[in-house]
Amino acid sequence: MATLSADFELRLRSFELRVALEVERTVALVGPSGAGKSSVLRAIAGLVHPVGRIALDADVWLDAAICRAPDERRVGLVFQEYALFPHLSVRRNVGYGGRARVGELLERFRISHLADARPGELSGGERQRVALARALARDPGVLLLDEPLSALDAHTKDAVRLELQELLQTLELPTLIVTHDYEDAAALAGTVGVIVDGELRQLGTPRELLAEPSDAFVASFTGANLLRGSVRAHAEGLTRIQLESGEDVYSTDRAEGDVGVVVYPWDVSVGRARADGSALNVIHGEIASVAQLGNRVRVRVGPVTAEVTAASAERLELARGGTAFVMFKATGTRLVPLRTVTRA
Amino acid sequence: MRRAVLGALALTAAAVALAFLFLPVAAIFLQVPPGRLLHQLTSPVVTDALLVSARTSAIAQALILLLGTPLAYLLASRRFRGRGLVITLVELPLVLPPAVAGLGLLVAFGRAGLLGTSIPFTQTAVVLAVAFVASPLYIRQALAAFEAVDPDVIAASRTLGAGSTRTFFRVVLPLARGGLAAGLALSFARGLGEFGATIMFAGSLQGVTQTLPLAIYQEFSVDLDTALAMGALLVVISALLLLVLKLVLSWQPSRRTSSFVFARSS
Repeated sequence: MATLSADFELRLRSFELRVALEVERTVALVGPSGAGKSSVLRAIAGLVHPVGRIALDADVWLDAAICRAPDERRVGLVFQEYALFPHLSVRRNVGYGGRARVGELLERFRISHLADARPGELSGGERQRVALARALARDPGVLLLDEPLSALDAHTKDAVRLELQELLQTLELPTLIVTHDYEDAAALAGTVGVIVDGELRQLGTPRELLAEPSDAFVASFTGANLLRGSVRAHAEGLTRIQLESGEDVYSTDRAEGDVGVVVYPWDVSVGRARADGSALNVIHGEIASVAQLGNRVRVRVGPVTAEVTAASAERLELARGGTAFVMFKATGTRLVPLRTVTRA
Repeated sequence: MRRAVLGALALTAAAVALAFLFLPVAAIFLQVPPGRLLHQLTSPVVTDALLVSARTSAIAQALILLLGTPLAYLLASRRFRGRGLVITLVELPLVLPPAVAGLGLLVAFGRAGLLGTSIPFTQTAVVLAVAFVASPLYIRQALAAFEAVDPDVIAASRTLGAGSTRTFFRVVLPLARGGLAAGLALSFARGLGEFGATIMFAGSLQGVTQTLPLAIYQEFSVDLDTALAMGALLVVISALLLLVLKLVLSWQPSRRTSSFVFARSS
């Protein structure tokens, strides 16, 4: 399988976008809106002009001497709002970049019955299938997906995410996805990169990002609690951190100075009474919110969000306005540097 | 009570305004019986003027289309310093008094003028006068139509392997078509009625430079019926143009409610 390598810098309005990536299978770039994610795709497609090198295997699209036009790069770019040709039928949209496989692609994406419809008559999910079919009909060497799920309503989204997962598994194409949703990224891609203010902060498997977040932003973006504090002491393999809110917590990680204490909601338990245990961190606080997510319940107690089963939430009679104890092990925490936390 | 009075006043004002706008047009048709009007249309002054108007309009509009479309597309798709100034220059003939336009054309193209040509008082002069005053209407409308095409759709065409020329003809032009047609209709209507610049720059020579409006002006002191016949003809043509314009704009999946917006200059 081919490899797309992209290593470039691009001056954007308020910051410099810097990217160095090797895309072999599926890579997802995730970050807040305005982080420069879409510009990465546009740069690879040749719609904006960065400085650096972009190549698909030995086929160079951009370097100091070469800058190929978008139509001379073998990319299949699926735009966030799909950008279908409103004046052409579905069949002619799909066939725009290559006629050879139109019938087959209409079949494969289950849009044969819509072949004569105009894009304006289609639902969001149907439009996306047309956009994907159109991009693949061009026989691209790279597939680029810009926020593939964000234009869809919550109901369609789950189904489309599954479809996309299956499609990406069967396609033998280097694929780069950008999204603002970490869960979408983790579901669709084997490698996830977190990008903030144009800078690629960390690149790794979803598991690696969870286990070893490189900084506070990555941690909070992957859904972790981030408690800010300062290291006060080290003893018996434990680091004592005083949180900004006043409580002391312990971690098995070592660090100095101002740190972020990272703990995942599923590593936090909730109780009505203080449970004793040597390595247990306990914070007492007011219950700020209780939200049901499927058969799990997310409870926010003071500065910490915990995820518990619906059954235990009911047993504990957790309700907004009451108080509770949240507890987590010192081994369940990571200490990360508190570099500029832009947005969480 | 007070509301009833206000309502009645508003209705009266509306009725007066409508009557005022409609009366002169109706009068042209009511002054002389329709049979006579039709008969007058066969007089040599009318047929000559009709031919001159048709010829010069066709050539001028073809020129506007051929030169104005690329200009409008460049202005719509490029961002450069002085773009606002260029757009304002394009729009200037629109607000210029026609007599000033005629004067300008004379000192630019006249024998003793800047370029020193023998164009004045020929049919070419009529074409230039029409193109000068009418083209801004087309260019402005075309600029707005091109700007309304979603840039992502153009980018999509490029990433699907189409070069910029193919993208223009297969995506941009079809999507802007309605706006271009509307602009051409406006420009055609304006050019057909051109009077001031033409009479100064081209004169009023029957069969050569005398267009319908110029012939009306000449005939109305000689033979009012003939003038009225030509007036009626222009009313019909103008009404048809307006109808075409409205149809074209209603076909478009329009994002625009008025056909008469000033193009954005930045």
